[in-house]
Amino acid sequence: MSDQLSSSCPTQPSRHGPSAGLQPEGWVENYSDELFGFVVGRVRDHATAEDLVQETFLAALKASPDFAGRSSERAWLFGILRKKLADYFRRAGREIAVPDVESPLPEEAGAFYTSGVGKEGWSKLLAPRAWEEPDESLVNKEFWAVLKRCLSRLPGHTAQIFMLREMDGVSTEEICKDVGVSPNNLWVMLHRARLGLRRCLEVHWFRGKGKNE
Amino acid sequence: MLNCRDVSRLISQSMDARLPWRHRLAVRLHLLYCVWCRRYAAQLQFLRRAMQKMAATPEFAEDQKLSSEAKARMRGRLQQALDRSSPPFP
Repeated sequence: MSDQLSSSCPTQPSRHGPSAGLQPEGWVENYSDELFGFVVGRVRDHATAEDLVQETFLAALKASPDFAGRSSERAWLFGILRKKLADYFRRAGREIAVPDVESPLPEEAGAFYTSGVGKEGWSKLLAPRAWEEPDESLVNKEFWAVLKRCLSRLPGHTAQIFMLREMDGVSTEEICKDVGVSPNNLWVMLHRARLGLRRCLEVHWFRGKGKNE
Repeated sequence: MLNCRDVSRLISQSMDARLPWRHRLAVRLHLLYCVWCRRYAAQLQFLRRAMQKMAATPEFAEDQKLSSEAKARMRGRLQQALDRSSPPFP
């Protein structure tokens, strides 16, 4: 697989010191928390997030002669971190197992009737309930804790892919390229994330808040 | 005729790409009489709003910081690399 994204990050150590305008000595102090905060919700564990920040600093140091000063030091470091994150996803993409689209997805189990008049219609038990004033939840601190727990329960890298799409607004074409999955596999993962999150929020947050029928 | 399983998949797809007009029409017709799929569609839109708000409000996304040990490790490795890249003047 070609490594287009990282090719813009030189891997040859430079023979010159860091260019003017960069202060590598202050990077950890000034940016590590911010970079870590950006990346930690997007990968599976803290150790990986820490590694990505560390790799970013080292790659930045090697690439520092190319720093043209067109952007701020901070924006430049964030750009390198995004490339490192894309590399990470591409590696992870090789491990992502995607169920066959034609067969029922695990998240769909029980949600649709499989026989009778209402075949393939929502089953009464698991059909979407009414959510009362959902947007009021967005100012509730507890809601965010529930949402984060629900995200962490999604299988494999589903949550990370879903976050790339919904939080960072990355296009599906770019995700396919960065992560190395087919468009078909990508939409199955996004659909599973949406089904799973919707259900999890309903059970763990909205239950009892809405009128049911 | 599309069933709810099909429509729920198409609703999800429509959030990432524009559906062919045949599917758009079929989904619209289905939503006219299916309250459950209407809710499903509205709730996916809510999920999107929630995720965007999470992205715009970093403290919702993650409140953990790097440990001071981790920072010390990073400083050490960065210093090593700095020493290698710029040899001291004679």
